Amino acid sequence: MGKPKVAFYWCASCGGCEEAVVDLAEGILEVVGAVDIVLWPVALDFKLKDVHALPDGAIAASFINGSVRTSEQKEWVELLRRKSGLVVAFGSCAHIGGVPGLANLYDRAGIFERAYDLVPTADNPGRVHPQTSTKVAEGELRLPEFFNTVRTLDQVIPVDYYLPGCAPPPDLILNAVQAILAGTLPPKGSVLAPAKALCDTCPLKESKPEKMAIKEFKRIATSAPDPAVCYLAQGYVCLGPATRSGCGERCIKANMPCRGCFGPTPEATDLGAKALGALASMVDTKDPDEAARIMAMLPDPAGALYMYALPSSLLQRKKMEAAHG
Amino acid sequence: MSQDFEPVIVGFLCNWCSYTGADLAGTSRSRYPPNLRIIRVMCSGRVEPAFVLKALREGADGVLVAGCHPGDCHYQEGNYKTMRRMALLGPLLDQFGIERARVRLEWISASEAGRFVEVVKEMTSRIKALGPLRLGHAQDAEPIAEKLAPA
Repeated sequence: MGKPKVAFYWCASCGGCEEAVVDLAEGILEVVGAVDIVLWPVALDFKLKDVHALPDGAIAASFINGSVRTSEQKEWVELLRRKSGLVVAFGSCAHIGGVPGLANLYDRAGIFERAYDLVPTADNPGRVHPQTSTKVAEGELRLPEFFNTVRTLDQVIPVDYYLPGCAPPPDLILNAVQAILAGTLPPKGSVLAPAKALCDTCPLKESKPEKMAIKEFKRIATSAPDPAVCYLAQGYVCLGPATRSGCGERCIKANMPCRGCFGPTPEATDLGAKALGALASMVDTKDPDEAARIMAMLPDPAGALYMYALPSSLLQRKKMEAAHG
Repeated sequence: MSQDFEPVIVGFLCNWCSYTGADLAGTSRSRYPPNLRIIRVMCSGRVEPAFVLKALREGADGVLVAGCHPGDCHYQEGNYKTMRRMALLGPLLDQFGIERARVRLEWISASEAGRFVEVVKEMTSRIKALGPLRLGHAQDAEPIAEKLAPA
């Protein structure tokens, strides 16, 4: 009986989650010593056929990061689901959609047009776009299908646990690995992070006024917040009231309001909607015209409120035009 | 097609004013379109933005939120909070490609049965003109990415 087999896989992601594993520092030796890594594309040379060759359920746990955006990613995660006892959605993209999920405000045609025709650096007079199949002299070339909609991992395969964060912090990763090895995991479906809202653990909590009264919204693009005062009280969009804590308040300590990478608290069904409710309630006006004027200071509410959580939100994506259906 | 279309409108009405106004419309035997499905809430301030989004996701073609007139809230501030949330929800819906006319905020007092009837008539005809929202249909209708397996 060998050591438990573990797989790491990446879908639509930036590579930051791979960094997070390396960020375990000396802790990684403990992990590597205790498990047998059978797949880790960023570091080790295993192929699809190697995973196919494993018996079903042979992998103790698969840590899958990234959202699902192509048919290839869907095929990989379906395979890993079959081969794995546990599937852990690793990081914001797999958990709630992540930054790639903002592409759900567009569709495939719009994204292709932008990326291959309209960006100033594009040199594509023939307006050639990626095709799933192209005939060349040597035969047929194939590419994965690019879906219209970015999906979270659990919208594609059943997921047992979630490790939130962009990227998940080392302490939560180690806790999760140790819990898997020791068999002390919480009930399936759990998010392996505290249930409190970030505001509860925020270092700026004491500076939060009794009654919030926002007269204008400010943007970090055009002004810097006072690092000693609650960002919301200053009029910056901070998703702390609706976001799960456990991140170590890394952004807050770097003078950056919360963007919600840990996903909603257990009570919130929709991170952006919850944050919208909290934020709008704090605006200090009883006049609808003034309210509209203040809200207009947020030029991109969907981007601000759903920076990480759009695919897991109630609406999931921009309405698809009927022509696509 | 559009003549046959009967929109589903979900109405969140506050207990103290708008629901009572709707009740008065009923006891007064006023006639209004049957498209509104009323959900009574204690205050329009109880209507979280997620309620509106969930209604739209689950098949509503429009959502009406109605509460007490400004200054008349039974809980003093609830309707102002709703007004501010709706002021931000509108621009958000724009980004999702959902027409603002589908989500409407109205102040209807307990005695304004006539106003309630007018709002329902007007909203029903406007949404009939807009056509069905079909959010669920559209989102599942990927030409190649067939509906993915449920979690």
